[in-house]
Amino acid sequence: MEPSASNPITREYLLNLFQENYKKLIAGDTPVLQARREMAIAAFKKLGFPDKKTEDWRSTDLSGSLGLDYHYPLGPSEEKDLQKVFRCDIPHLDTAVIGQLNGWYVSKDVPLIELGNGIIIGSLAEAIKKYPHLIEPHLGQYTNVESNAFAALNAAFTTDGTFIYIPDGVKSEKAVQLVNVIQHRENIFIQSRNLVVLGKGAKLTVVHCDDSYDYQPSFSNIVTEIVLGEGAFLDHYKLQNLNNTSTLVSSNWFHLEKEAQLKSHYISLNGALLRNNTYVRFDGPFGDATIYGLYLMDRKQHIDNYVAVDHASPDCESKELFKGILDEHATGVFNGHILVERDAQRTNAYQNNRNLLLTDTAKINSKPFLEIYNDDVKCSHGSTTGQLDENAMFYLRQRGIGEDNARMLLMFAFADEVVSRIAIEPLRFRIEDMVKKRLQGELQICEQCVLHCSTPEHPVEFRIDLSKI
Amino acid sequence: MLLKITNLHASIKGKEILKGIDLEVNKGEIHAIMGPNGTGKSTLASVIAGKDEFEVTEGEILYNAKNLMTLSVEERAREGIFLGFQYPVEIPGVSMTNFMRTAVNEIRKYRGLDPLSAGEFLKMMEEKKKLVEITSNLTNRSVNEGFSGGEKKRNEIFQMAMLEPTLAILDETDSGLDIDALRVVANGVNKLRTPENAFVVITHYQRLLEYIIPDFVHVLFEGRIVKSGGKELALELEEKGYDWIKQQH
Repeated sequence: MEPSASNPITREYLLNLFQENYKKLIAGDTPVLQARREMAIAAFKKLGFPDKKTEDWRSTDLSGSLGLDYHYPLGPSEEKDLQKVFRCDIPHLDTAVIGQLNGWYVSKDVPLIELGNGIIIGSLAEAIKKYPHLIEPHLGQYTNVESNAFAALNAAFTTDGTFIYIPDGVKSEKAVQLVNVIQHRENIFIQSRNLVVLGKGAKLTVVHCDDSYDYQPSFSNIVTEIVLGEGAFLDHYKLQNLNNTSTLVSSNWFHLEKEAQLKSHYISLNGALLRNNTYVRFDGPFGDATIYGLYLMDRKQHIDNYVAVDHASPDCESKELFKGILDEHATGVFNGHILVERDAQRTNAYQNNRNLLLTDTAKINSKPFLEIYNDDVKCSHGSTTGQLDENAMFYLRQRGIGEDNARMLLMFAFADEVVSRIAIEPLRFRIEDMVKKRLQGELQICEQCVLHCSTPEHPVEFRIDLSKI
Repeated sequence: MLLKITNLHASIKGKEILKGIDLEVNKGEIHAIMGPNGTGKSTLASVIAGKDEFEVTEGEILYNAKNLMTLSVEERAREGIFLGFQYPVEIPGVSMTNFMRTAVNEIRKYRGLDPLSAGEFLKMMEEKKKLVEITSNLTNRSVNEGFSGGEKKRNEIFQMAMLEPTLAILDETDSGLDIDALRVVANGVNKLRTPENAFVVITHYQRLLEYIIPDFVHVLFEGRIVKSGGKELALELEEKGYDWIKQQH
């Protein structure tokens, strides 16, 4: 069911929409979840959307994105051509591909995939019905709805999304690829909710893709809660390739228990306005989190990476490396908040943000913020912003390399420091290809696509042969 | 004639550095350009290579009878001009292999040749490494990153060997080198020398010229070539110092 009219997405409109659809929204809730939903809408009522006066949003202006009229679907979209939409697999990578269309889990008649080893992958709504005891301890427990309007709004309205559960001790050989596709003939406002739970000692690779499939403006508010149990290991990838009129606020809340290990990679290739919120909380000692980011923006695109790491426990280590290339009138923000709490002795926390600005009109606002409440810590942060090295350009060209290729080599080398950290080889090759295409201005949104959805795999021809020989 | 420079004037940010250079280089010759610091030796090398921060205000440079001013930096390189840098640039993230393979194949493309296959290219790298006495595996490292001073200069000679230029300009390649590295650099030049190519060796000291015997020695002073002669001129300079030149001008 979709409201037929297109509306500005204001606080008032959403509060009304909530009241009008209250029964439908709570239909699948357990009493515990219903109480959390009530709390969330109350929080959103208080907060409203952030504006430029909101501390964490000073350098990212949402007014343009929120000023458009959108359809707001409260149910799944009609599924058509899904075969085409979801053929986004990465060759030579053993993945379970699951899809969301306009924020709703695409069940293909199997709402929950349950494997013999206890792994559950599927619709969050279905999982709430069948396994409330797996959901209730986690859903909404890691986000902070009191201070985060998008988390509150998401919690108030979402009734479905993706649920991934890896039981204690299970190491998933298959990677799970979650593809969010946006396809709609008119502007659309999308919310989706995901929950990923890794039990003690569990291991998983998640590749989470945000793609648009057509050229209509959209606004997505995606919230994912990810729990890493004691000693669990998660290799996490977020790939973003949206059209030039789409806005995405994507929030990942990572909760790490004792000795858990997280490697997260954000690869942002396209979109009108992208905001990545990454929250990491160490809830036990000896946790380890590494967060890489790469963003390649041009035209009037805007990227905002907000990373908050909460060292709530001793003996944990966090490392952040975010690198960006901004061309034309693109603007960027990096906001890195490291909080070392009083009892988090022997904390190691490192943060680095490096940017290449290709024009005088491209801008980056890089703000490290270290908040440290004990003195047995090793913390460092660094931020650099510069242009392509002219001496290096001259050096390359003097060896006969044309100007375009020389620029490409230098930009790719800059990006490769992040790309080379991708542990899965087929995925790394694919992202190398995408980065090269993006730098050459040849990367299209889905039709030609990010992950070659509808075309067979072709080796991509590059002017520069960077193959390892 | 390979290179013919006539009345060359060049400035940087409005300040004139070269004030009327005349120089002729034929194939098969080695020219040494000497002179005190700050007299325009490196500027001359950069202007021939086409570095755009220098503005040529007067005069011309003909290379194989082509007016160099109409060619871009990369076109000059593809036409066979090589500049050995005084300060080779570090380029993190670009491996020597990719760098050289891209360069070799772009030059081949310019000359209407097919690109080298990976196998052919590797073989060529190994041959040239041997030629310039490189035993370390610098080829898989990023360009000049973390190289010692001597390694960087050897790497310049290695690149020269790979690209087989017609005109190689070595800008103070000897500076900062110990005697072993100096010998390797000089040996590289001597081995690569043919009747079909030419070298312009820029140096502050006579020392390098004990290993590379020049056919001509030129003294550059205050933006002009004030004295030219045979290899014995280098010895005279060594003996009398540059003050001798300064006093004459």
